[in-house]
Amino acid sequence: MRFQLTEEQRALRAGVRELLAARFGRERLRAAMEADGVRAVPELDRGLWRELGSAGFFSLRLPEDEGGVGLGLPEAVLVFEEAGRVLLPGPLIATHLAAGEIPGAATGETVVTAADGGGVVEWLEAADVVRGYAGGTAGTVAVRSVDPLTPLHRVAEAPARLHQVAADPDSGDRTDVLLTSLLTAAEQLGTAARVCELAAQHARTREQFGRPVGAFQAVQHLCAGILVRVEVARAAVYAAAVTVDAADIAAARLLADEAAVRGARDCLQVHGGMGFTWEADVHLYLKRAWVRARRPGAVTECEEMLAAALLVEAR
Amino acid sequence: MDLTDTPQEAEFRAGLREWLAKTLPSLPAAPSPDDWPGRRAYDLGWQRTLYDAGYGEVHWGADPAVRMIFLEETEKAGAPYVGANFVGLLHAGPTVAAEGTEEQQARWLPPVLRGEEVWCQGFSEPDAGSDLAALRTRARRDGDEYVVSGSKIWTSHAEVADWCELLVRTDPDAPKHRGITWLAMPMDAPGVTVRPLRTLAGSNEFAEVFLDEVRVPVANRVGAENDGWRVTMVTLSFERGTAFVGEVVACRRVLGELALAARENGRWDDPVLRRRLGRLNAEFRALWRLTQWNVSEASGRGDGVPGVGGSVFKLRYSHARQELYEAAAEVLGDGGAALDLQQPWVLDRLSSLSYTIAAGTSQIQHSIVAERVLGLPKGR
Repeated sequence: MRFQLTEEQRALRAGVRELLAARFGRERLRAAMEADGVRAVPELDRGLWRELGSAGFFSLRLPEDEGGVGLGLPEAVLVFEEAGRVLLPGPLIATHLAAGEIPGAATGETVVTAADGGGVVEWLEAADVVRGYAGGTAGTVAVRSVDPLTPLHRVAEAPARLHQVAADPDSGDRTDVLLTSLLTAAEQLGTAARVCELAAQHARTREQFGRPVGAFQAVQHLCAGILVRVEVARAAVYAAAVTVDAADIAAARLLADEAAVRGARDCLQVHGGMGFTWEADVHLYLKRAWVRARRPGAVTECEEMLAAALLVEAR
Repeated sequence: MDLTDTPQEAEFRAGLREWLAKTLPSLPAAPSPDDWPGRRAYDLGWQRTLYDAGYGEVHWGADPAVRMIFLEETEKAGAPYVGANFVGLLHAGPTVAAEGTEEQQARWLPPVLRGEEVWCQGFSEPDAGSDLAALRTRARRDGDEYVVSGSKIWTSHAEVADWCELLVRTDPDAPKHRGITWLAMPMDAPGVTVRPLRTLAGSNEFAEVFLDEVRVPVANRVGAENDGWRVTMVTLSFERGTAFVGEVVACRRVLGELALAARENGRWDDPVLRRRLGRLNAEFRALWRLTQWNVSEASGRGDGVPGVGGSVFKLRYSHARQELYEAAAEVLGDGGAALDLQQPWVLDRLSSLSYTIAAGTSQIQHSIVAERVLGLPKGR
């Protein structure tokens, strides 16, 4: 057993972090949502999408002889964790999962989104291809998205349940649903880790009553709670990437959703009044975490799936 | 990231399993919890059995990954718990091994490994709990002896211990962390009085120890005089490492039993309870993975000393354990079963209350995480 990142995995993480800092730093994040004050729906940056494609973001798990990078799920999880840290926008998971199947997805020429059962489609109008939904944009209703960087549409189809597809190994959707849940958990983990840093940074520098607010135990314990949730989720997410076991993925998703959503809320609380402003970034992390937490395989499904797994394991 | 055993680990696991299957059926019956001499003899006998089979040193001599396999497999096989050997094997032993002289190691380590001597821990005091460094038990130098007076509390196995790893104040004028010394005190020395303490679970888990002019040879000091705080930190970090491996395995088994019991008595049809058990499954799976993560990290660092990951683990685990037995009470349901001490899990629900307090309260652990991991200023 050696359940730690390998040297190569550390290097990959550092490389992706560097790339994203250069291509999608905080200025780009703010610019993406404020480029056009009157535009209600953000546009997908096709140039950035192609850059991600040429960096191997989408072709990461394709074999090298098919033009891919030839890496595995643990590496994909590390990459999506970094995407979650910087709130990289776009239907990243759907395009990644379509690589090798839909022409142009691997290189970032084609933008692929998915209607994989959540009843909601992200980035519908920006996408060239919508997987899992034959109707295209017909029969969909635009939602005024809570996340300024994730346009949403509602679709009328009944959602498939994670534990249903997980229980049926022959289901063609099984792999997609499980991997979407796992990579969502990876993004949530990245967001959770980032809000933990932001909370600690604020607590170290913001002074009240003549000392940094981080010297008050009430604030300290809020910050420590964020970190504990991050580290527990990290162990679950990384392990699920190694085992690709349905119950492990459900556990990872449950804990990562919670780490991101509760972490962002506590981070907002640590920021005080500033946390409630549009200007501070905290709300962007919370809103994106909310959007991801609604993807298929959300809390109820995870809990039911994990409960059912108990009976199987104990038998 | 690799979760599978290396060839050496797989070999160790297979050999251990085979040995446990062969050995456990011939063990004597476990003594009653109130039979202290019986418990001492039983726990020491088990350690002797381990020693004879070559597993005696697994708690501190082995690689943390191997230790984890040992704790996992012994728990799964239903082997005896470390019991009265806890302090010797997991606290005092590792401290002597890390900080003691060759002579001290030769005197104290073999009897622990062979299951001949029991140690207890004299750290906490009535007025020094979370603020351990405020301890006031005084040791005055008199020739080649220290003369020790004061009192200790929460001392498990004091009734049957041969030795006590004792923290005493040797310099009352120094800043509180710098005037502490670590001594090995023989429990049969004149002036040592043990008074059992009854816990809220009704058991005599631990005791108060009163010290009245107890003479301890200077040769029993581990580390330098007034350097006891640093020596102690070596010990405490072990406590937060692999100490809970067996318990996480046990909690996962209990969780499965709860699910089966709930299906049996119809409580499984309650979606609120069912989802609560599902969430606990996520919790204990993750805690198992976090243990593997922390153990791999300690293995990789080479010193085998667990890092701050131990605080993160302890915070979450102690809470999860309490939630597990709260859920158990829900499974037992109405009709008095959850209030009946003879039902399974009801005593465990009571014992679980100590977990967020012992070995550093959750509040102290939160502060440790905030200050040492997140770099927040020292709290107040």
